[in-house]
This record gives sequence, C-alpha cells and structure tokens, in this order.
Amino acid sequence: MLTLSIPCDSVARAVGADQLAQALTDEAARRQLPVQVQRTSSRGLYWLEPLLELDTAEGRLGFGPASAEDVPSLLDALAADPSQHPLALGPVEQIPYLKTQQRLLFARAGITRPLSLDDYRTHGGFEGLAKAALMDGADVVAAVLESGLRGRGGAAFPAGIKWRTVRDAPAAQKYVVCNADEGDSGTFADRMLMEGDPFLLIEGMIIAGLAVGASKGYIYVRSEYPDAVRALNEAVLLAREAGYLDVTGSGVAFDLEVRVGAGAYICGEETALLESLEGKRGIVRAKPPLPALQGLFGQPTLVHNVLTLASVPIILAKGAAFYRDFGMGRSLGTLPFQLAGNIRYGGLVERGFGLTLRELVEDYGGGTASGRPLKAAQIGGPLGAWVPPSQFDTPLDYEAFAALGAMIGHGGVVVADDTLDMAGMARFAMQFCAEESCGKCTPCRIGSTRGVEVIERLIASTDPAYREDQANLLRDLCDTLQYGSLCAMGGMTAYPVASALKHFPADFGLASPEAAR
Amino acid sequence: MPDETLDLPVLQRVLEHHRNTPGALLPILHAIQAGTGYVPDAAVPEIAHALNLSQAEVRGVISFYHDFRSTPPARHTLRLCRAESCQSRGAEALAAQLREQLGLDDHGTSADGALSLRPVYCLGACACSPALELDGQVHARLTPERLRALVEGCLQEVKPC
Ligand SMILES: Cc1cc2nc3c(=O)[nH]c(=O)nc-3n(C[C@H](O)[C@H](O)[C@H](O)COP(=O)(O)O)c2cc1C
Ligand code: SF4
Ligand code: FES
Repeated sequence: MLTLSIPCDSVARAVGADQLAQALTDEAARRQLPVQVQRTSSRGLYWLEPLLELDTAEGRLGFGPASAEDVPSLLDALAADPSQHPLALGPVEQIPYLKTQQRLLFARAGITRPLSLDDYRTHGGFEGLAKAALMDGADVVAAVLESGLRGRGGAAFPAGIKWRTVRDAPAAQKYVVCNADEGDSGTFADRMLMEGDPFLLIEGMIIAGLAVGASKGYIYVRSEYPDAVRALNEAVLLAREAGYLDVTGSGVAFDLEVRVGAGAYICGEETALLESLEGKRGIVRAKPPLPALQGLFGQPTLVHNVLTLASVPIILAKGAAFYRDFGMGRSLGTLPFQLAGNIRYGGLVERGFGLTLRELVEDYGGGTASGRPLKAAQIGGPLGAWVPPSQFDTPLDYEAFAALGAMIGHGGVVVADDTLDMAGMARFAMQFCAEESCGKCTPCRIGSTRGVEVIERLIASTDPAYREDQANLLRDLCDTLQYGSLCAMGGMTAYPVASALKHFPADFGLASPEAAR
Repeated sequence: MPDETLDLPVLQRVLEHHRNTPGALLPILHAIQAGTGYVPDAAVPEIAHALNLSQAEVRGVISFYHDFRSTPPARHTLRLCRAESCQSRGAEALAAQLREQLGLDDHGTSADGALSLRPVYCLGACACSPALELDGQVHARLTPERLRALVEGCLQEVKPC
C-alpha cells in the first residue's frame, strides 16, 4: 500500500491539488494499485504546490509542482525508482527552504490532517492545555509575560500585559476574541494556520480563556476565507465532542463561536471588529476605554491575532524560556514570514526574529520571479512602508524596522521588480484608504481622497516647479494623516505613500535627491 | 414583489435560529444571503423587528459591508484580486483584459446577467499571485489565457431551463 499526501489548503487547491488527488485515485484504481491518498495541510512551500508526498521508511519524499497530467508518470516512477522522476525533490524535510526554518507554530504544517484530533495529539497537540489546566491562571499569565510574546496582529504590544489587564478586571462575563480578519495583502499565515491546524488556535484560545477567566470566545474570520471558516467550524465541533471545551478537571467551561466578516478591511482594527461582532457597522471606537477593560458588549475582552493565540500552547508546553530563546532584542520567539508578490520561491518562512530582510528575500525567496532587478519590498501589509534594497540588511526586529520608519506588522513581504510604478502604488494606497476608511475622522476620510487627487495632479503635470509643490503638499498630507487620525488606518496610510515618495522620486517625475545635489 | 414573498420561510427560519444569538445581525444577513442570493428589501423590516433595531440601523449595516447585496446576483461572480502582491504580478493588466473582453467596468455586470465583476483585496493566495475567486473557488498563478478561458466558460454556459 502506497500512502500519498496532498494538501487540502485552499491555495494548493487553487493551483490544482484537488485535480491531482482525483487523478491519482482514478489512475491507481484503473491500474488496481493499492494507494491511499490523504489530504494534509500545506508545508507552505507554495512554489512547489501542488506538492505530492510519498511515505517511505526514510520519511516523506516530495514531488512537485505536480499536476493531474503528471499522474501516469508519477505512478510509474513510484512503482520503480521514485528518485528518477523529473519532479522528484528527495526527502521533503531536507529541502533547504524548510530545513533551515524554525517551525514552532507551523511544526505540523504539511504533516497532519487538519481535522484529525489523533494526528494533532500524536504531534504534541493539547500538551500546553494539559499543563495550563493544572496551573493557577496567574501563573499562566506569568508564563506568557515571561515568554516575551508580542501581538502578531500589527502593533506588537506585549501579550502578557494585556492578559494581566483582562485577568485583573472584575466582571462576571469576559471574552476572548480572535482577530482572524487577515486583511493585509501579502499575508496568509493566519489562513494557513486556520485551514491547516485549527486545533492549535482552539487550544490557544482555551488556555487564554482559563487564564483570564473568560468563558466565551469568538473567532472573527474574514469572508474571503471560506475554507478556514469551514475548517474552524468543524474543528470546534470535534473539540467540543471530545470534551476539550469543557476543560477536563478544571470544571471551567469555555465555548467558542466562529463569526464571519463581510468584506470590510477596517474590521481588522480591534474595536471596529468588536462593533462588527455586536452586529453594527465597523466604526472604530475611541480608546480609552481599552477593549481589555470594556470590549465586547462592554465587558473585559482579550483581543489577539491568530498567530499570537496559536503561540501560547507551545509556550505552555515547552516553557517560556524555550520560546524566548528564539529571536533578538525585544522581538522574541518566531514569526512566520510570508513571501509574496514578484518572488521566485513564494511561501511561508517561520524563523526567529533577527534574520535580515535580504536573507528572507534573496536566500529563501530567490529574488524576483520575473528575473528582473529587485525594486522594493512592502513589509507588513497595505499600511506598511516600501523598503528599498539598500535597506535590506536590516534585521527583522520590531525596533529596527520602526527606526527605518517601517514596520514588520504581520510579517508579510511583497516583493516588486523594477517595472512596478511606485507613484501608482502610492495612489493605490490613498485610494484603498479612501475606500476602506470607517469615516469617523476627517484626515482619513477626506485626506485620503485629497491624496489621490494630489498624486494624480503630480503625475499629470509637466512643470517641475508645480510638481515640487504638489510633492510638498503630499508630504504635508502624509503628516496630517499620520498625526491626526484616530487609528492606524489613516495614520499608517502615510507609510507606503511617504516611503514611495522618499525612495522613488523618479516614479513621481521628481528629481532624485542625488541628481538635485 | 412576488419573488420576495417566496423568501419569507427562509427569513423566518433564520430569525428563529438566531433568536438568542448576541450581536446576531451579521450572521442573519449572511444566512439570508446564502439562502436567497441577496438581502431583499422586504426582509429589512422583519429583521429590524426581530432584533429590536430601527430599519435605518439594519440598512446602515447592509450598506457598510461590501459583501451584502440588496439585489439578486449574476449567475457568476468573478472577483479579481487587486491588492499589492497581485499588482506586482500583473493584476492591473488582467483587469484591463477583463474590461476589454466584457466591455464592463470593474464593478460591472453583463447585460444577460451571466457574470458580475467585483474587485477583491487579497485572497491569501499571494505566494501564487495573481489570483481570483470565481463563485467561491480560488484560482491562482493566473495567466491571461486562463483568465480568458474562465470568463468564456461563464458566458457560454447554457442557461438551465
Ligand atoms: C486598519 C487596521 C487593520 C487591522 N487589521 C488586522 C487584522 O487583519 N488582523 C489582526 O490580527 N490585527 C489587525 N489589526 C490590529 C488590531 O487592531 C489589533 O492590534 C490586534 O488584533 C491585536 O492583537 P495582537 O495583540 O495579537 O496583535 C488592524 C489594525 C488596523 C488599524
Ligand atoms: S483613521 Fe480612518 S479608519 Fe481610523 S477611525 Fe479615523 S476614519 Fe476610521
Ligand atoms: S494580494 Fe492578491 S491574493 Fe493576496
């Protein structure tokens, strides 16, 4: 019996994994070959998807990217000498891209079947919860604090401090809310985790509930991720049936509900998300009060990104010291970086903080997919800065990026070659802000529309003096957005715009600083 | 409208199901839209009444979120990703190709009601950009030829009678 694995990840499916699985099953039946095809999560080595893996005594052998048309030759090779097939990659875990990673959150990626509780338990699942259930909540909070874990949703606020605030807030009802809105372009780690290892997120949320004294959790998933919604709903049912939501021994019940967003980027902002969960328009709330004290339905609420919550089981299972051994400075633990855009080897790279952007883009990513010169990379989603290659030796560390006027955010890296027009991207950033603004404050609501107009006038003009004027106006507008907005939607739209203007003036028809000198 | 009265059993079932759900408006709107393809205007007073909200509040929520529709959808909905990663891999050229092939703008619907276009900002497929979603199915590593074929598939299909 041959055991073959093919991912059921939505993006593996978007490039033909279902067709591959079907063709394999059909062709094996036709040949009367005993073959078992199982659907696992994805390794995140997307340039190899669909990636077919064969179980052997020496571990899994990989073949990819494989399509339905490759099936006859693949089955021939599997019966004879697998290593001779043109798509053969050798042992998957020896592929350098994967071998050099430090996979804590994505330890099971590509190995387990997402909805198998047995697979999850066999590969270390629920060890963190077992420990947490025997601990005092305050000690769990202390472990999270000690681990150095910071929020992975963007702002990088120390998680433990938030936990302590919620734990210490007296209330009959508290909530844990998972922010699974992952609206940032160039990011997909939340999606991979929810589709591929949903029990890990559930385990993290149960531990959080125990620690802060919350009995109800919500996972707010963007509607663009229907496969994640399905996986989570099924996983919650399975976890409930297996008794995990009625934490054994602790007597504490915790219930979980999956909610689906409705296509509003601003609902990734935590207070807009809470409004949305309450059934309202996603309008940002003024802070204070902090959601930790008055969040969902006015009650103390722990809001975290998917990756933050999913880091918790490992911290509990292996200890805070183990976790904080990864990373550098005040950026501790690992971050699953996501390589996207014009990149040869796009995919997920989980590493401790501290490697350089160049290592990520060049060593892992292999440079541009087009083979043309690298122009810039946008880090941290649509509100992140465009970083030119001259700054690529910066270590991926929250503080080092903040010092550049950039941010790591959720770890998305969108690479662009020299054909991408940065003035167009700046215009797009303003346009996106205008479209997605919640409308509560003027700089963001009106300023973004003015921004689009200024950029259009700037690009259209042939008069250098007028262009310089408009560029100054644009810089002023960026300042107004940055310092006058209520939330980071307006505030950080300045980042992609100002960075494009600063590093790529020629794209705006402006003299470059060197030429001016 | 007669076709809207047909939706009432769906509506009543949904409202009953969410009678005790806190903050139920989004789940209700999603469920109605899943059942009838859109949120008919006739549903608004019923929803408002069930949730003890004003009709204006319900309409405000429907209009705030891009996902909710107040009119029936086309038979197919194609959402081309227009966000940064896909732009860096030629999404704008694909968008231009779509506009030209269909003679529609980015939010247009073909006259025969076969196909609606809508932009989307990231499908989480950015490692395999460019990408689109057609009737809930994501297609990545798009090429101009593949896009043309997908569109033709939607247009040529015979209407079920
Ligand atoms: C416009 C905007 C969009 C955001 N989108 C997301 C998102 O999609 N996912 C997320 O986890 N955080 C997002 N955030 C950050 C959240 O507001 C919040 O900081 C985060 O959920 C807290 O979780 P953490 O402590 O785990 O980072 C966004 C913030 C802003 C201003
Ligand atoms: S900055 Fe924009 S999104 Fe944020 S509160 Fe103001 S208007 Fe709303
Ligand atoms: S930017 Fe298009 S799929 Fe993410």
